[in-house]
Amino acid sequence: MSLTLAQVEHIAELARLALTDAEKALYREQLSAILEYAAILQRVDTSMIPPTATVLPLRNIMREDIVQPSLPIEDVLANAPDAADGCFRVTAILEG
Amino acid sequence: MLHELSVHAAAEMLRAGEISSVELTEAVLDRICAVDNEIKAYLTLLPEEALAQAAAADRHLAAARAAGNMAELSPLLGIPLAIKDVISVEGVRTTCGSQILENYIAPFHATAVEKLLAAGAVILGKTNTDEFAMGSSTENSAYFTTHNPWDLERVPGGSSGGSAAAVAADECLAALGTDTGGSVRQPASLCGIVGLKPTYGRVSRYGLIAYGSSLDQIGVLTKDVTDAALLLGTIAGHDPRDSTSMDLPVPDYTAALRTSNARLTSDAIPCTAHASHRTPSHPRPPRIGVPREYFIAGIQPEVETAVRAAIQVLADLGAEVHEISLPHTDLALPVYYLIAPAEASANLARYDGIRYGLSVPGDTLWEGYRRTRGQGFGPEVKRRIMLGAYALSAGYYDAYYLKAQQVRTLIRQDFEVALRQVDVIACPTSPTTAFRIGEKAADPLSMYLADIFTLSLNLAGLCGISVPCGFDAAGLPIGLQLMGGAFQEETLLAVAFAYEQATAWHRQKPALVASSPTE
Repeated sequence: MSLTLAQVEHIAELARLALTDAEKALYREQLSAILEYAAILQRVDTSMIPPTATVLPLRNIMREDIVQPSLPIEDVLANAPDAADGCFRVTAILEG
Repeated sequence: MLHELSVHAAAEMLRAGEISSVELTEAVLDRICAVDNEIKAYLTLLPEEALAQAAAADRHLAAARAAGNMAELSPLLGIPLAIKDVISVEGVRTTCGSQILENYIAPFHATAVEKLLAAGAVILGKTNTDEFAMGSSTENSAYFTTHNPWDLERVPGGSSGGSAAAVAADECLAALGTDTGGSVRQPASLCGIVGLKPTYGRVSRYGLIAYGSSLDQIGVLTKDVTDAALLLGTIAGHDPRDSTSMDLPVPDYTAALRTSNARLTSDAIPCTAHASHRTPSHPRPPRIGVPREYFIAGIQPEVETAVRAAIQVLADLGAEVHEISLPHTDLALPVYYLIAPAEASANLARYDGIRYGLSVPGDTLWEGYRRTRGQGFGPEVKRRIMLGAYALSAGYYDAYYLKAQQVRTLIRQDFEVALRQVDVIACPTSPTTAFRIGEKAADPLSMYLADIFTLSLNLAGLCGISVPCGFDAAGLPIGLQLMGGAFQEETLLAVAFAYEQATAWHRQKPALVASSPTE
């Protein structure tokens, strides 16, 4: 399983990662080697085997709908790179 | 030397009034000053906060003494501990070993931390980790590499390498770590201490910054098995803020040690721990399974010799030893390196430069995301995000992610079958002793192989412990791994304790202790 440069660039876009050309070349090589190693799994017949997403016998844990205190807004915004008027500020996504 | 004390020994001295928590905490802080410039275990130190917590613990002790109710005190009251820097401590910088969280101040406590503080423990600081707990050596930390106290040229293991080195170098009495694929057990093995990974769901993950959510579990790194039982008893339990924490009672784990009484006789296993297949009226000694797939070519011969000798010690103590098979063992590594990165790629999507952490502006929101993440994450984290995003992407999901989840089921079934035949599985924790800094850093696959004996347990969601079982010719520690069934920590601890009481490995200290200039 060898990845192409275009595939590496596609994955980087899916993951929102700006990569240098050197990083793309390195990850192309390393991810290809890891995927080649993972190909061993294709030899196992799993046609009748259900997947495991969690090991616990729990499904849909619900709690009572009770109003509880949450973090104060200033604490929530304390780590924000950019905030104004009690909100996170982001780059505009719509043309004015 | 007060910094050399175990948690339980210090707790006895605190209750007896022989020492104060302030004296103990000052001794450990002095020790950190003396050795941490070489070990580099801590990312953040909290000396003032720790001494204030210690003074409060001393007041609590004095009040209890005056009132005559010392028996009700927590064994962790006044005990100085370290916390791995992927676990949130309110008001304290929590970096996850990453540049992207260099200035992040946690706005709330992790539940495990809240429980430690409620028990009166003292928090000394935050320990180094591979970035977002992804690694086996701490070399993936964005800040520095922690050094193994047994040989400063070597890694302490990882990802909880800072916590393991801090315990081994007596820079704390015990520490919290996290274990997603072996990150508590492997560094414990490489540093010659005890590392316990509880069953998935035993300890709340609330406030643990997520890596692989179906695998992550907070664990403890300690100087002996008794301390592991004490810490687990404090941090375990259901938490409504973590829907994957199980609503099960927390047993008295130290009682399990007392029943084991250093002999693996028919009383060694607490009845509650295996009620499903044994009744108290038919007592028998614990059965230890030795999986043949864990003694393979490539394992360091001294590791195999030491682990086989440890299994003989268990047999001499009265355990029945059986060879068993975990037939899908060789598939655990590829399964883990598809599932954990897939979960990581989803979990780490939150680092967008908007709500917290590094923010690198771009002309568009999208460009800001790309630049922030491209600059903020280190090479291993980017590699795993890429791998995970690929395994989850359209056209490859069935072939990689779904396939890995199906083989995960086969690995779980291996353990289900084996643990019907035996109570505990014994094997090496790591195929080698501590490797040299830089030795595996250039080749991700060779680094991944360092976790080959620990990954399966996380995939199966069970509990495991590493205890010291010898040294190689270079004087580097070797760890015995014991693995137990879901929520069978009492059995695990009882067998580990019996082994520990029959041997003296856990009492050995690195030479660093003797050569330290302050001593």
